[in-house]
Amino acid sequence: MEALFLLLASPLLGGLALWALGEREVAPEVNAGFSAATLAAAAWLTAGVVSSGPVEGFAGQFFVDPLNVFLVALTAFVAFTTSLFSRPYMRVEREKGRMTAGRLRLYHSMYQVFTFTMLLALTTNNMGILWVAMEAATLATVLLVSVYRTPASLEAAWKYFILCGVGIAQALFGTILLYFAAERVLGAHGDALLWTHLDLVKSQLEPAIMSLAFVFLLVGYGTKVGLVPLHNWLPDAHAEGPTPISAVLSGLLLNVALYAVIRCKVLADGALASRFASNMMMGFGLLSVVVAAFFLSRQRDIKRMFAYSSIEHMGLATFAFGMGGPIASFAGLLHMTVHSLVKSAIFFAVGHAAQKAGTQLMEDIRGLLRTNPTIGWGLMIGTLAILGMPPFGVFASEFLILTTAMREHAWATPILLLALGVAFAAVFSRVQPMVFGETLLKRLPHQPALAPVFIHLGLGLMLGLYIPPYLAAWYRQAARLLG
Amino acid sequence: MNPLAPQVVNLFAAGLLLLAFAMLAQRRIVTLIDLFALQGLALVGSTVTMAWATDQPHLYYSAAITFALKVVALPWILHRLVRRLNVKWDVETLINIPTMMIVGILLVVFAFNLALPISELSRSFARGTLGIALACVLMSFLMMITRSKAVPQVIGFLSMENGLFFAATSATYGMPMVVELGIALDVLVGMVILGVFLFQIREQFDSLDIHHLEKLKED
Repeated sequence: MEALFLLLASPLLGGLALWALGEREVAPEVNAGFSAATLAAAAWLTAGVVSSGPVEGFAGQFFVDPLNVFLVALTAFVAFTTSLFSRPYMRVEREKGRMTAGRLRLYHSMYQVFTFTMLLALTTNNMGILWVAMEAATLATVLLVSVYRTPASLEAAWKYFILCGVGIAQALFGTILLYFAAERVLGAHGDALLWTHLDLVKSQLEPAIMSLAFVFLLVGYGTKVGLVPLHNWLPDAHAEGPTPISAVLSGLLLNVALYAVIRCKVLADGALASRFASNMMMGFGLLSVVVAAFFLSRQRDIKRMFAYSSIEHMGLATFAFGMGGPIASFAGLLHMTVHSLVKSAIFFAVGHAAQKAGTQLMEDIRGLLRTNPTIGWGLMIGTLAILGMPPFGVFASEFLILTTAMREHAWATPILLLALGVAFAAVFSRVQPMVFGETLLKRLPHQPALAPVFIHLGLGLMLGLYIPPYLAAWYRQAARLLG
Repeated sequence: MNPLAPQVVNLFAAGLLLLAFAMLAQRRIVTLIDLFALQGLALVGSTVTMAWATDQPHLYYSAAITFALKVVALPWILHRLVRRLNVKWDVETLINIPTMMIVGILLVVFAFNLALPISELSRSFARGTLGIALACVLMSFLMMITRSKAVPQVIGFLSMENGLFFAATSATYGMPMVVELGIALDVLVGMVILGVFLFQIREQFDSLDIHHLEKLKED
């Protein structure tokens, strides 16, 4: 309860404080400090949930169970490491003149507000507030995507704003329908949108309304997950914004949106007693994996390429949750975790590589190993990890997803394998010359922030080799909640 | 309940739909903003009628929020923006207006068919208007697709939110208060951010034509 309060208060206060603090030299450190406080609160909350089960707070308006507590911990952790990475990164951007004092103030303040909105979306029990928080997360980041004020970044931010706005409006209609279905059972008052209450009566919700509601909710939140064909905003927003923002968009925001879809799916499954919701998620997931894999090979911008890779991986996780059952849901949760750790590590390495080369075009980034070996190794290991090479965690989760697919939906296996193979060829052939090639470029003049890269990759490696028993138990509990 | 109440709500709903068509056909930005404000007013009217007929005090608050936000604040911000950006001129639509009207009528037919099974389940006396709400949402969507300038797109977006709000009041007597407050806050903040954003676009391109924002494509 106190932990929950601290968890939400820390980033919100941080946003205000950093706005008030303005363009001081210490702003990056203060930003990291608030993120560390949030992480501490998340650890405290997690410890509480692990030892004594789910907590409700503030008259049932907030609710933390094994499913969202692991995402809370992950979100707080990646937000903290990204704030560490952004210290040296943003200093260089400032020296290059791409960031001004005013823009840095906006950046730091909105970074904290963005963390707040994600944590609010994760911990709230009210499906309406979940919608509000998801929309607020878009609003907090839209000005960060356009922060460089280049034509391309303005276009990316406009697309992000309009497409996500329209998408999320569909989710609002879905939420209205959900409330409409709930009100017939629970009565017309504020509690009728609380997920825990809905979960108790889900079998009594009107199937006709719930199936329509789920379609709107999936399309709405699916836009933010980046599911094909609603993904158009995603590569642009990732490529044109500052790299720390790409890292948190890819590693965290997509997870939070997928979390919203999963919560809705649990309700829809209960009401419909059919595989309607599962089939829709499997369809969208499979389409995203295939389309993203084929788009990967056509990219020239490195951040754009890894943005498509995020679409592919979120599609895979959506497919896993669509299949359902204890093993597939376990694999989906594991996949969300390792993807967000490894992908943010890759974006950190990519950020430094692009700063060194002065461009994001892959053909101009060469020979990282010769001049900055640690960045080169970080990028190479990260790429191998995200492509699903053993012994990294992505291999474990993809293996589980594929074996489940083989058993239950054998037709999907060749499609998935083909897509993963195409993705491997496309990404590896691009990254290999960037890391090993020859170069005339000079060494990066400043000390890069590589600790976050290797901490993330280390955790990704650990999850592939050995999942600690308490963590496995925790995943299993969450998977059981999903049914 | 007063027997007149459903009639009055239906009247406001018809007004809402008519205004949606008017917005679809309107080419002057300033008039578009006024139509949007009128749409907000129709929304307030129907919400107040429903509050009065069903004796639900929270609908009065929600009507008050709608009035403050959609009749006063947003049109004021939009008028200010248009004046400061100096974009009062006519805007061409991408499809000619008679065609848009026909597409609009088809959308209304589609929306009514989609809403029919749901509205039969509703206990609200205004359930017949759910189809109108959905039609307004779809027509705003059409308006966003067929306008090439930033400001009409934004107005289309806001009018879509009007349609959604009307769906919420007509099917369920409004969402819980805390959710409605949150939505209103999001809309307001979104509008302010958009204002900032439009200035950034203008500064960069010297125009608010969305055609400048079509460079990022797959090769």
